[in-house]
Amino acid sequence: MEAEVLSRIQMAFTLSFHIIFPTLTIGLACYIALMETCWYVSSKSRFRAQADFWLKPFALTFGMGVVTGVVLSYEFGANFSEFSNVAGPVIGPLMAYEVMTAFFLEAGFLGIMLFGRNRVSKKIYLASCITVSVGTLISAFWIIAANSWMQTPAGAVLVDGQYQVESWFEVIFNPSFGYRLVHMLLASFVTTGFVIAGVGAALLLRDKSNTVAKFCLSKAALALVVLTPLQIAVGDMHGLNVLAHQPAKVAAMEGIWETEQGAGLRLLAWPNQTAGKNDWEIKIPHAASLILTHELDGEVVGLNDFGKENIPNVAFVFFSFRVMLGIGVLMLLTAIVAAWRVRKGTVDQGVYWLRWLKYMIPSGFIATLAGWYVAEVGRQPWVVYNAIRTVDVASPLSASKLYLSLTLFVICYSLLFVVYLYFMRKTLLRGDRHNPPQMAQLDSHNMVKEVHHA
Amino acid sequence: MLSAEFWFALLCFAVLMYVILDGFDLGLGILFPWFRDDNERALMISSVAHVWDGNETWLVFGGVILFAAFPSVYAQMLSGAYIPVIVMLIALVMRGAAFEYRFKSTTSSKWWDRAFGLGSSVAGFCQGFILGNVVSGDFGLNLFCVLTGFAVMAGYALLGCGWMVIKKETLMQIRALKLAKGLVIVVLSAFCAICLYNLYLTEELFARWFSWPEVLYLAPLPVLAIALGCWIYLHCDYLIDGLQTKVDSHKLPLRLLFILTVLLFLLGFIGLLVGLYPFMLPQQITLYQALAPTSSLAFVAPGVLVLLPIILAYTLYGYHVFSGKVQSTY
Repeated sequence: MEAEVLSRIQMAFTLSFHIIFPTLTIGLACYIALMETCWYVSSKSRFRAQADFWLKPFALTFGMGVVTGVVLSYEFGANFSEFSNVAGPVIGPLMAYEVMTAFFLEAGFLGIMLFGRNRVSKKIYLASCITVSVGTLISAFWIIAANSWMQTPAGAVLVDGQYQVESWFEVIFNPSFGYRLVHMLLASFVTTGFVIAGVGAALLLRDKSNTVAKFCLSKAALALVVLTPLQIAVGDMHGLNVLAHQPAKVAAMEGIWETEQGAGLRLLAWPNQTAGKNDWEIKIPHAASLILTHELDGEVVGLNDFGKENIPNVAFVFFSFRVMLGIGVLMLLTAIVAAWRVRKGTVDQGVYWLRWLKYMIPSGFIATLAGWYVAEVGRQPWVVYNAIRTVDVASPLSASKLYLSLTLFVICYSLLFVVYLYFMRKTLLRGDRHNPPQMAQLDSHNMVKEVHHA
Repeated sequence: MLSAEFWFALLCFAVLMYVILDGFDLGLGILFPWFRDDNERALMISSVAHVWDGNETWLVFGGVILFAAFPSVYAQMLSGAYIPVIVMLIALVMRGAAFEYRFKSTTSSKWWDRAFGLGSSVAGFCQGFILGNVVSGDFGLNLFCVLTGFAVMAGYALLGCGWMVIKKETLMQIRALKLAKGLVIVVLSAFCAICLYNLYLTEELFARWFSWPEVLYLAPLPVLAIALGCWIYLHCDYLIDGLQTKVDSHKLPLRLLFILTVLLFLLGFIGLLVGLYPFMLPQQITLYQALAPTSSLAFVAPGVLVLLPIILAYTLYGYHVFSGKVQSTY
């Protein structure tokens, strides 16, 4: 394979592996901060038990995010040197702000959050938890700004082969930024919701009376029934934004090759890149036009009108999009059933139901990854949309060097992933065993306090 | 605030912060072959468990400042030194994972110790190797880079010794001090070898160091370095003596070894800058040529000026919260 393709595979692999962890830590950091706040305000031990229970899994996941993230900050230069040179004046400063406003903040207060409960006051401990969660959100802000700028560049012009920024406001708040940020943050919250619910379910399967697990399940169910439909609505708005700015990507997502009035919605198809058509397709007439243009006979531009050299790998985008949508629908149905069961008081009952929730644990991660593939593979063959082609800006490396580095990454990351899952499982199960006595102690402590007050 | 010198100075600051802060926790891993006891290793790792993450953030900070202010050097350096850069990153991943899993494992802690030791050593070596690449302007595998690789490893190990002495575990303190005596000799010899080799390799550099009147204000550098080395050596003897005779350890200047080692690093760094400046990659690209457009620098500058002092303040606070003896493993 060519060096450029290998660099892309390596970048995709290391980015994909990395995004798994922040997706969970953004949500968990916010959840822990929320529970700590409730504990601080109400002194009810069930909140403290939640924060304690999720702290160690959070630490593990956060650590994985850090170590795999350091790699990325150097990989741009190593694998895409020309891109770093050309777009460095835009991307570099955004990442510099990410480090200064988020990474240091998270790292500085994570130590206190993980090891400092007995070393600092209650107030400072709570402030540290909130600071870490805010840090994760700020981090998402900057990196999504950089990513969105590559998708819908604005505010900068190419001068002598290097970008010069004319307006940082336009660079950051570029046309797709808002949609992408909200879509990603919601993805993170929904993913975390399904993890919390699923872990709760898995624990209840082992011990029906586990109060920590019951709390996880019922609260996650209520959050999900709000967040999941919201995410679908935001995703739809994001789709319309993509149609306005990156029509070729939408055509690939929908598998539409020829420009049509009243385009049908391809439920399933087999895109053929070389022939420039679908080998077969199952479609609902007019539905794609209706969704995308809100008119039955609205015009949707087909892939062939953009030219073969200007479209992405259609099958990859097409199927990734369907994976994301399919899981999204499953999540929505699950969330509705869960909320209904909360109302009936049966959310923590039923072996099949609990098993189903357990199997839904990875759903958010898969949907998030699939969504990122739609966005990033769909951007190809451009690295900066409609301006710079990926093929032109990869590092001039020999293929053998890339085979070596890619092999090292695959071996090392695969190993780490197995280890991560093993220890996550172990930590979650052990956390369940250790919590009840601690809780009892806290409750009696509170009772003593209340008696004193009385 | 927009001058090339300001950004170069900021970059140097980031590199030095990284070398000093992550240097000592990488150093602990490099010292692992000399500390084989399970409890000792556990203590060493937990003494930095709360700070390694912040320390490594300086590496990311250095990287993004290079990216933002000197994008062409960022691009050329990282793609030029591709293999050592990638190997360093993977080594850092493995040792970072060791921090996470060491204390959660029951049967595999030995493996995590190995990952921590090996990962730290390889990362330190690769950083030295890349330094050699940059200083010599040759991105191949050569003897000079191997030498700088081992020199940086030895320097980190010395910093690690300094950290262990501050952390007050008496038995380990004495052994760390004995190791430090050997390490300071290794570091100084490596300094000399690097200087001579480099002078021999490039006439340009020779002219720079030995031309009148430069030699006047450059001569103190090697003299100071050797004097500092001797001081460290004698200081180690003094501390060993004090600890063995069980003088009240509060009266011993336990932080001094670490501070002296930092000064030694500083001298080495200044020596390198004298050889390089104003080039960032020798004979190829100067800081003025590599400087990013003004619009980018003007955007980052206020962030640096406002945020960096705040970052330093809460980093210091973090060290303060966890100061003193290592408590227990987590």
